[in-house]
Amino acid sequence: MIALIDYGAGNLTSVRKALTAVGAPFFTPAAPADLAGASGVIIPGVGHFGATRAITEDWRAAILASVKRQTPLLGICLGLQYLFEGSDEAPDLSGLGILAGRCTLLPPRVKVPHVGWNSLSTRRRSVLLEGIRDATQVYFTHSYAAPITKAAVATTEHGVRFASAVEGNGVFGVQFHPEKSSEAGLRVLRSFVHITTSAHP
Amino acid sequence: MLSKRLIACLDVRDGCVVKGVQFEDLANAGDPAALARRYNAEGIDELVILDVTATIENRRALAETLRAVSAELFIPLTVGGGIRSEADAEAALDAGADKVALNSAALAEPALLTRLAARYGSQAVVVAIDAKREGDGYAVFARSGRVAAARQAVEWAVEAAERGAGEVLLTSIDRDGTRAGFDCALTAAVSSVVPIPVIASGGAGTFEHFHEVFTAGQADAALAASVFHFSEHAVSELKGFLRERGIAVRL
Repeated sequence: MIALIDYGAGNLTSVRKALTAVGAPFFTPAAPADLAGASGVIIPGVGHFGATRAITEDWRAAILASVKRQTPLLGICLGLQYLFEGSDEAPDLSGLGILAGRCTLLPPRVKVPHVGWNSLSTRRRSVLLEGIRDATQVYFTHSYAAPITKAAVATTEHGVRFASAVEGNGVFGVQFHPEKSSEAGLRVLRSFVHITTSAHP
Repeated sequence: MLSKRLIACLDVRDGCVVKGVQFEDLANAGDPAALARRYNAEGIDELVILDVTATIENRRALAETLRAVSAELFIPLTVGGGIRSEADAEAALDAGADKVALNSAALAEPALLTRLAARYGSQAVVVAIDAKREGDGYAVFARSGRVAAARQAVEWAVEAAERGAGEVLLTSIDRDGTRAGFDCALTAAVSSVVPIPVIASGGAGTFEHFHEVFTAGQADAALAASVFHFSEHAVSELKGFLRERGIAVRL
């Protein structure tokens, strides 16, 4: 079962409905120890990076321990940003630091937040984006964005080019909302579910 | 490149779509979920459900509508009409809406935008502004256009953005229902000043009207109801029309 972490950053109804639609069994862990038996972990979240303050030290430790056990981890939107070292949006808070780099504000020459359908430029072969063609459009809504590092499997441009999907060593992240990206989004969620089932034979 | 969004508006009363539905092969033309399914298949980018009764006793019908639509539709869904409090917003978001549009309630208490943005994020908070040309400016009206709000559209949009709104849904009272085209001057006046996306609404009648509002009007998205109801292929045909004219759309 996939653990969908609810730390109060936005409404999880849409993510729950999308996971249900792709037939993924999931639960909302009540305590950090509940992650021990999870086949995968999803960190969702929309809104301000400051909301990650609610992910207390014990939860952080449990998430990092599950990554160490090679339990697949998917960060969605704010969840992707949380995989990095931190964000200028809340400089006093640390991200998980699994990926190098910090998230920065999109430039003021474009409308911010970046809201709407934008295209993915795929960079290399990706398990998470299996079957997603280059230039596929997905739905974004965010103001801060992650840097393009070797973890980036797709990039997107809005004023600046940023990492819209990351992947490496069982850790995955998408800046877009797969639960709101129609068929393409459901395909990405299905791929993650597939990853969780194949990682634990 | 970010696409211009096409948003279909469903006016819903007591769980039924109330106007302009002319799809012949829909068994229940008034069923919002059936219409939403059709729009999704057509490639609509987003849906707005406008609760046109919005009385307390009909809240349950709205929640059921939202549940039915969002259970099978994985594109953004906004609810407007009668969102007056945090509790109303919470009920709509819990039922499956991704965003709530606030109009009269935000005018009466602008801090409501800030509280909702703090709780759900700005991406979930849309300020709906109904504006009417008056002299050189655009006056804002509350209560479905009935009550002058003693505010100017541009200034109110800027304030709402500062207070936490993530998008502006801007309706021209002069053009609404006329099919004479969007008010591009109004839309450009707001869109050129606010940092957040602007959804133009009111007056869509032809494909060219959408082209105008995305160029001269500087709109980030355009909302319409009846235009999309007339033809089964209106959405995909409109997207093809816009693409041929160099407008980025999701195909």
